[in-house]
Amino acid sequence: MDTIIHWLKEVINYFSYPSWSFSMFAICFISALFIRRIWTRQGLVLFLLAVTLGGWAALKDENFNTTLLKPDNAPIFLMVYGFGICLFVAMMQAHNNDRRMEQKLPPAEKETSDQKTWVWPDLVYIELLCMILCTVGLVVWSLTVRAPLEEPANPGNTPNPSKAPWYFLGLQELLVYFDPWCAGVVMPSIIVIGLMAIPYIDVNPKGNGYYCFKDRRLAILTFMTGFFIMWNFLIPIGTVLRGPGWNFFGPFEKWTPHKVVALTNVNLSEYVWVRWLYPMGNWLHLNWMSGGLPVTDNTLSLHNLWQVFKKEFLGIGFLVFWFLYLPGAMARGWLRGFYEKLGFGRYSVAIFLFLTMALVPLKMYGRWLANLKYIVDTPWIKF
Amino acid sequence: MAEPTTTDSAGSKVREEAIARLKAQGAWNTTMDRRRFFSTAAAGWALFAAAFGGLASVFGAFMAPRVDFGKAQTFRAGSPDKFQPNSVSEEFKISEKVWIVREAEKIVAISTVCTHLGCTPNWMGDEKKFKCPCHGSGFYGPRPGVEAGVNFEGPAPRPLERYKISLTADGQLLVDKGQKFQEEKGEWSNPESFVAA
Repeated sequence: MDTIIHWLKEVINYFSYPSWSFSMFAICFISALFIRRIWTRQGLVLFLLAVTLGGWAALKDENFNTTLLKPDNAPIFLMVYGFGICLFVAMMQAHNNDRRMEQKLPPAEKETSDQKTWVWPDLVYIELLCMILCTVGLVVWSLTVRAPLEEPANPGNTPNPSKAPWYFLGLQELLVYFDPWCAGVVMPSIIVIGLMAIPYIDVNPKGNGYYCFKDRRLAILTFMTGFFIMWNFLIPIGTVLRGPGWNFFGPFEKWTPHKVVALTNVNLSEYVWVRWLYPMGNWLHLNWMSGGLPVTDNTLSLHNLWQVFKKEFLGIGFLVFWFLYLPGAMARGWLRGFYEKLGFGRYSVAIFLFLTMALVPLKMYGRWLANLKYIVDTPWIKF
Repeated sequence: MAEPTTTDSAGSKVREEAIARLKAQGAWNTTMDRRRFFSTAAAGWALFAAAFGGLASVFGAFMAPRVDFGKAQTFRAGSPDKFQPNSVSEEFKISEKVWIVREAEKIVAISTVCTHLGCTPNWMGDEKKFKCPCHGSGFYGPRPGVEAGVNFEGPAPRPLERYKISLTADGQLLVDKGQKFQEEKGEWSNPESFVAA
């Protein structure tokens, strides 16, 4: 029995490395959205039961126990259960309405929306109750759980690992893969502006006032990918799987600051000029090819700009392809209907936001699988 | 001459009726004469100027910050002989935020501020690297073939910075944190950035 459990833990540790766990979570989550039979009351109970039992059984492990039961992690429990319940309630109604519409019935909301109810007292009483319950909950929590305070801050000694508040762990995870300016300023701004732009981009009248999945697949899948897979899954990753030295640790692995992982970063330009073109140039006896990485400095002279461009041609070419070629190709291809409905302006904004979002996991995979540091590395802008 | 449109005459009629109603109630006040208008306006503007002046003076106070410039930017690190070849000294990590690193041929003073987002990396003696606990940036320690402080893993965009280091007349190391040397600017070859050992 012990060997089986030990073996099981090793397997889970192995597959928790994000290139595995992220992929598996994304694939399972997205395909699960399509399976109607999951989104029922029984499904909700089973989901909560599985999470609770699985987590409870795993707490028997000393390492997992110390990681998970840190007082900072209480909101993570709330998040997992809260999001689970909200997701189930929404998807349950969405699939229910899809079925009703297949049977040529109006959505379930139509039946209640014909009977109007008063804001006062019907709605306001519910809100008041929620407010009181939340306050009571917070008071009890703050009385019973001690604040996880540590010794006074010392600039000469950063705690290892040093973690952001739980709701920022997704951002902290992004900071590992991108330049601080990019992950700390540009991407959060794009996220906020993009969320604000949704009502102006979305012209699909279906789903106004009622839940549905079938008529809004692209919108729901995009949102779920951004919110659940990329934002919310990265929070537990940052909580449970990131240990000392910000290395990846399996949930049952001991957090030791001396874990050695071969992580030496390589820029795309180094792959191109050093690993690919250099041996090829030697073989073909072409001097311009085997010259290694073009030498650059941080002046703005024409020569240096040309050298930077030469060094980064593949990365720049990739970004041009991604942001200038792909939108047009998609508008002519599988997003043709989408393009015609939205028009040029709306489509451009929507596809820019979509492709930017898609670029984030792409670069993360680059880091996980090939230690990719920067796609484009100029002295001024690093991406 | 164009006739006034019906809307206009209807509008002015409504307005006159409203004024008449207000006059009947005693609420239509036309008693403000020119003198009273100017004195009220002057008082109003004086108040506004006073408030704005107060705000401006508070803002102006920020122009001369009451700064505590703290202790001197230079410190003596002792004799070069006490640092072993290829070693990292953490003696001044907490007090001065500087690692004194002796490479094979030179002694350098390395800043303990991570070039990613400013946490303090840890010196991992066994792995011979500086590893930052915040986002996992790694920097080489002194080892053959590489310069100490060069970033090689994690998100840090550039190597750790070095401070000016020199020998005093009595043969002690003197570190000046007022002047820093960055590798990406080609400043590490500057003779002020190291002391030959």
